[in-house]
Amino acid sequence: MTRRRLLDWFLGTSLGAMCLSVLYPVARYLTPPEVPEAQTSRALAARDGELKPNDARVFRFGNHPGILVRGQDGAYRAFSATCTHLSCTVQYRADLKQIWCACHNGFYDLNGQNVSGPPPRPLEQYAVHVANGEVVVSKA
Amino acid sequence: MSGEGDAAPGLRGWLEERTGLSALAGLARKKTVPLHRHTAWYYLGGMTLFLFTVQVVTGILLLLYYRSSADEAFESVQFIMTKVPFGWLVRSIHSWSANLLVLVALLHMFSVFLLKAYRRPREITWLTGVLLLFLMLAFGFSGYLLPWNTLAFFATQVGTEVPGGLPVVGRFLLRFLRGGDQVTGGTLTRFYGIHVAVLPALTTVLLGIHLLLVQKHGMSVPESQTEARTGRPSRSLPFFPNFLLRDAIGWSAAVGVLAALAALFPWDLGQKADPFAPAPAGIRPEWYFAWMFQTLKWIPSHVLGIEGELFGLLAFGLGGLLLVVVPLVDPGRDPRRSRVLTVLGWAVVAYVAAATAVVYLKHGP
Repeated sequence: MTRRRLLDWFLGTSLGAMCLSVLYPVARYLTPPEVPEAQTSRALAARDGELKPNDARVFRFGNHPGILVRGQDGAYRAFSATCTHLSCTVQYRADLKQIWCACHNGFYDLNGQNVSGPPPRPLEQYAVHVANGEVVVSKA
Repeated sequence: MSGEGDAAPGLRGWLEERTGLSALAGLARKKTVPLHRHTAWYYLGGMTLFLFTVQVVTGILLLLYYRSSADEAFESVQFIMTKVPFGWLVRSIHSWSANLLVLVALLHMFSVFLLKAYRRPREITWLTGVLLLFLMLAFGFSGYLLPWNTLAFFATQVGTEVPGGLPVVGRFLLRFLRGGDQVTGGTLTRFYGIHVAVLPALTTVLLGIHLLLVQKHGMSVPESQTEARTGRPSRSLPFFPNFLLRDAIGWSAAVGVLAALAALFPWDLGQKADPFAPAPAGIRPEWYFAWMFQTLKWIPSHVLGIEGELFGLLAFGLGGLLLVVVPLVDPGRDPRRSRVLTVLGWAVVAYVAAATAVVYLKHGP
């Protein structure tokens, strides 16, 4: 190896190392840190009687939206309100008695099963407890 | 170049000695634009550049009042629209001009595609042009979130979830775009930085190369209009001042159109985003993403064993890649291949137009 090639090799690798030492912290900086989410296992979804049969409401389940549906029979059902297709927040269609995502026209039945449109999976179902006039929802 | 002893007198001479501007003036005198039946298409590039300048100017004006936090963004745009003198005009022109810019850029690209102006030696001009178009779409997508209204919130939710479906890199991309796992104020800050700093910096570089190459190679004359094919001597028009003045007429008309649109149809602000409200009925993205939105609706939940959204994403990615490599697919040596590409281009336009029409027929304008 000639002296010139050796110097070129040193310069080249030093330049490469310098680029890496700049790019690595930049790349890490651009990736947001993982912030541990407060684990929510229960949430107050509504007061008992607040919802009439064949009605629903979106409630806050930790950092995520949940949906509490009261069926025609008066029974409560609760699900994650995040559509399994592209994460829009779903709503209840009283006229169709189905849960609907307005973004891409996805439908779920009252068991959270995806029945038509693009959603690939059912909605996550939560357990519902009614006690002391409160409708409390917890992870099933 | 003039030596130290023979400079022209006066301010002009002083400037010339220090800058050598006469060389530029000489270039401007030499630059010509070919005249033929397709010359009108040459104006689209200048129009795209003009509308981009309008975006830069109105964007800088909006920056003076806009606040990029989830608590203040919506209110600051409301303040611009209702309290700041001519704020409604500046914001509406920014929004309308953004839409016209995308439209004109698309027409510019398609005219270059049909006139086969991407062939040797203009492959890099095409490449930078396509990348600039992608940047304009990124400007549109990132700017859409900035008013922090319901439509923007869900458009961003969907738009960032789509790349999130990619295997291996999906989760990284989703978190990189959102600045976390959810669309929050952190996403807004990130989109703001991308919209006003990252994209303008990239655009400046690519636009510089694009314009430099256009100057270097001159306007491409379509094969059907060459002297050899028409049998007539080719004609041309001096760029300065003849073509530039014609350009200026178009730009003045564009200012008029923008002012009329902004005055007659001020850009709506909508409702403030509420992450715990359902997506509203009739939700849809800007018109230039409408065909993708409709395609995502049409694709069933599973295609060929993979999830529909991933299938859609792969199809869009492949389409974008095809656009980039057009000059490699048709270098101009095989007329049959060239015809197939033209037909394919028209088919894509027909599909995009049909899918867009379906969205607007279903949901209204």
